[in-house]
Amino acid sequence: MSNLFQAANASGGVSGPPSAGEYATDRLFRGIALSSAFVIILLVAYILWELGREAAPAVGEYGLSFITGSTWNASKAQFSVLPEIWGTLYSSLLALVLGGAFGIAIAIFLTQDFINHRLATVFRTIVEMLAAIPSVVFGLWGIYVLIPLLKPGAEWLHQSLGWFPLFGTDLAGPGMAPAALVLAIMILPTVAAISVDAFRRIPYKVKEAAYGMGTTRWEAILKVMLPTASSGVLAALVLGFGRALGETMALAMLIGNSNQISLSLFSPANTLASLLASNFPEAGRVEVQALMYAALVLLAITFLVNVAGLAVQQYTIRKFEGKP
Amino acid sequence: MNATAEALFVAEPFQAAGDVVIDCTVNKIFYGDFLAVRDSVVPIEKKKITGFIGPSGCGKSTVLRSLNRMNDLISVFRFEGNVIYHGQDIYAKKVDPVVVRRYIGMVFQQPNPFSMSIFDNVAFGLRLNRFKGDIEERVERALQRAALWKEVKDKLKNSGLSLSGGQQQRLCIARAIATEPDVLLMDEPCSALDPIATRQVEELMLELKENYTLAMVTHNMQQATRVADTTAFFSVDISQGGRTGYLVEMGPTRQIFEDPREQLTKEYISGEFS
Repeated sequence: MSNLFQAANASGGVSGPPSAGEYATDRLFRGIALSSAFVIILLVAYILWELGREAAPAVGEYGLSFITGSTWNASKAQFSVLPEIWGTLYSSLLALVLGGAFGIAIAIFLTQDFINHRLATVFRTIVEMLAAIPSVVFGLWGIYVLIPLLKPGAEWLHQSLGWFPLFGTDLAGPGMAPAALVLAIMILPTVAAISVDAFRRIPYKVKEAAYGMGTTRWEAILKVMLPTASSGVLAALVLGFGRALGETMALAMLIGNSNQISLSLFSPANTLASLLASNFPEAGRVEVQALMYAALVLLAITFLVNVAGLAVQQYTIRKFEGKP
Repeated sequence: MNATAEALFVAEPFQAAGDVVIDCTVNKIFYGDFLAVRDSVVPIEKKKITGFIGPSGCGKSTVLRSLNRMNDLISVFRFEGNVIYHGQDIYAKKVDPVVVRRYIGMVFQQPNPFSMSIFDNVAFGLRLNRFKGDIEERVERALQRAALWKEVKDKLKNSGLSLSGGQQQRLCIARAIATEPDVLLMDEPCSALDPIATRQVEELMLELKENYTLAMVTHNMQQATRVADTTAFFSVDISQGGRTGYLVEMGPTRQIFEDPREQLTKEYISGEFS
């Protein structure tokens, strides 16, 4: 490659353009990155198309009544998933409230000088190890430990506060409460780890500014640090919620797989993912099509939740950080 | 290390003519094992501007930040000496640094607005101190004094971080003066500002000293001569093996710049060493 600025080296400078090889590597990397991105998009599109193709007969057959009705009866070929949609959203929301609150609290505890740095790293590793526990182990733990543990309390709550919708039924075994609790534990590491990063990203000068105004530690955390970290914390919550929506095995073991819509924490329920997992093995051709339709519904819910979460996150970034 | 160390230089104490609002006596300031500043007596006079000058690493910022216990944020920081403010040593056990910082405000070198609206930034201190009066009026006045009102009055709801660097620094000044703290500490407040904004901030400082006390670290000696009534010159002592800062000379700005007592001061202000 000819050097257009050769004359600029007249006084002994050694500047020169990149070599042809360097340009080629540059192009190669760009090509690899682009094609990787493209493959991911293709893969998503292919899965969607395949799901849609399998579900098409059921979509044609049941249409919108699939998401408004509440029976799932393979022998009568009646399929609809409103209770599962409700169960999915309700269990995930409960898990988000519990796991989110604890996750953010842990992040604050680990980043705001409550314990020294080395201890914080150990603590964080332990929390992240929760994410490595297989779902089925959580399910077993729920069945053999959590449900027996919850029973006396649930009974007492139902008997003394039974008029309150959340305690409207008794806990007979599997149900919403143990399922949501286990879900909360499962999303905790996600929420905590990403929130920790959000708090860690806050520049030191922001902390200085807060304490310089004469804030107490809690004022600094609640009025300054939390708003500053809010976009990252929201991302953590969205990811946690997404994980809760799609969680399958532990819920299939704990939620009771019962087609009903109830506000009660102790009533059995069902979720879309759990419905899919429990019904696929023995499903006939028509039921499989209906299950594919249910999978599409779950995908749509997850997609909508993510889009909504992103929108909220963008809004907070604009509002708090002033970025366009 | 020199085993037969001569007596260390200690500046002659400065006898302030007027009332002293913060009487700071530093014996030693440590960061861990590192001796950062030694033997410096720095009285801050009431309703005056005290300027801190000196080369990098001379401890002038450290001393300034000791005046409202900002250095307590650093866990290895240790202060030996006393800082008497309204008759009370602010380093006494019973004193909560949070309270000290509410009376002795601070403006930092780097603009550090909060991730919230311009209005909320300025109102932050007012709300923190449970101010019951007209918040909007106070916010407007603070922004006007910080020479920022005209630029932001139509976008008070926008984020403080959407402003340019110079505007952000003036926002931080507005935030610090909104509660009208008794003393305002400024750690190189103009290093991120252009000459016009610098001049505006200097005018603000001169206006503020009518009612309040100011202390400022500056690298700009012209700035010290323009605004400071009293100037403290710090230098750094490398003879003891470390890099320990200490006060060389303190006096009326005019005397420091026109007729310094110490050779070191003379060399520094004439630019003979950095």
